[in-house]
Amino acid sequence: MPEKPKIAFYWCASCGGCEESVVDLAENILDVVAAVDIVFWPVAMDFKVSDVEAMPDGSIAATMINGAIRTSEQEEMARLLRRKSKYLIAYGACAQLGGLPALANQFPREQIMKFVYEESPTVDNPARIRPQTKFAEDGRVATLPEFRNVVRTLDQVVEVDYYLPGCAPTPKLLAKAVEALLTGDLPPKGSVLAPDVALCEECPRKDSKPTEVAFKEFKRPHLTALDPTLCFLAQGVVCMGVATRGGCEAQCVRGHMPCTGCFGPTSRVRDQGAKVLSSLSANVAAEDEHGIEKTLAGIPDPVGTFYRYGLAASLLRRKVSLR
Amino acid sequence: MSEAWEPRIVAFFCNWCTYTAADLAGVSRLKYAPNLRTIRVMCSGRVDPQFVLEAFARGADGVLIGGCHPGDCHYISGNYKCLRRFKMLRRLVRDMGIEEGRLRLEWIAASEGEKLKNVVNEMVAHVRALGPLRLNQKFAEWDEEMNQLEHAVGEAQKAKEPVHA
Repeated sequence: MPEKPKIAFYWCASCGGCEESVVDLAENILDVVAAVDIVFWPVAMDFKVSDVEAMPDGSIAATMINGAIRTSEQEEMARLLRRKSKYLIAYGACAQLGGLPALANQFPREQIMKFVYEESPTVDNPARIRPQTKFAEDGRVATLPEFRNVVRTLDQVVEVDYYLPGCAPTPKLLAKAVEALLTGDLPPKGSVLAPDVALCEECPRKDSKPTEVAFKEFKRPHLTALDPTLCFLAQGVVCMGVATRGGCEAQCVRGHMPCTGCFGPTSRVRDQGAKVLSSLSANVAAEDEHGIEKTLAGIPDPVGTFYRYGLAASLLRRKVSLR
Repeated sequence: MSEAWEPRIVAFFCNWCTYTAADLAGVSRLKYAPNLRTIRVMCSGRVDPQFVLEAFARGADGVLIGGCHPGDCHYISGNYKCLRRFKMLRRLVRDMGIEEGRLRLEWIAASEGEKLKNVVNEMVAHVRALGPLRLNQKFAEWDEEMNQLEHAVGEAQKAKEPVHA
């Protein structure tokens, strides 16, 4: 009997939603399990790192890693799994673009540590104890991974073969990707396994998108009563669909929320945030400096808005430390 | 890097006004700081914010955008689009820790060779005072922290090698 292809899953800096999306295959997961051998999946199955280390290099058909890379342990696991796998797939927005964890690239490591272990209102730590990478007591040594200065995308650490976009990827896209892996019908290396068109293309409100968008003000969705049938841009709401890859079938818009950009850019765009900024700002109605600034003030946090998922993968990558 | 540092400024000039002004400055033999790397675009409205960020990411110390005065755009409204993008981009760039003076937008008409000279000299002096940005080198410095691990894992791997041999 021919051996079934081996598949592995691993998570790094992520929320667990990507793991959940695998389970969201529902009964289809049985087909997957029938067709492949899952050899490593810490969240669901009991395998050890030593099991992976013992496998011959390249013996795993495909590994899907979700989450951004923040610690030395994640780096080490990414490298180990890269070596053991034929295909390495960046699974989800965090692995592909940095995701929400990459918003921490706006702050120095010391500021993060200080807040989390000393200043956060829910922390009681009068001795100001911080985690140490090494601690010895009674001859026993405990270690913790290093917390890096920069949050990275998976492909900033190891070579990546394919990307499955989304926060989280949809079960449909995952099923398609698994099928492609099993049949060997794969696109060129480096491809994102989703349609290469902007989200507007598959948006149910596409027809109501004005040819000439003209923002008189930007409205926040939680502070405004919105028309559930009209294009968000026509209503003055920041929707990133114009510069975001489709493939999610406009789930957020169908749920009456604007796109926040989790599928990342299309292949024609290098920096998603810059492109959204470009599109939205250029369509402000005002022509005088004061009027333009007043309208743009409706977007109070440009980095957090335009790079919600893409800061680590952006051209600037992280905040430059000021002297 | 033994050479003394000189500010490197990437300039995006529109074909119809600012680039022509730079031509005029040349023909008029006006002297100004030689720190520009000028890129001619058809309109300041063609300057994608990605161009600006990429210039910084590749090592520019400053980016100067030059376009026609409001109302004078050869394509009617390109410079207004540029102005709106610039207003937002300047906030974003500042939030990312790049000093404000490194990104500048100026309206310079075809006849304003003198203004071009002054703007360039002023900006070069300002960026010189700010010092080098060198983002491309900073990226390498940031990633230095990963190399140590690569080395350590490589060594550990060598020690274990016979297992798979």
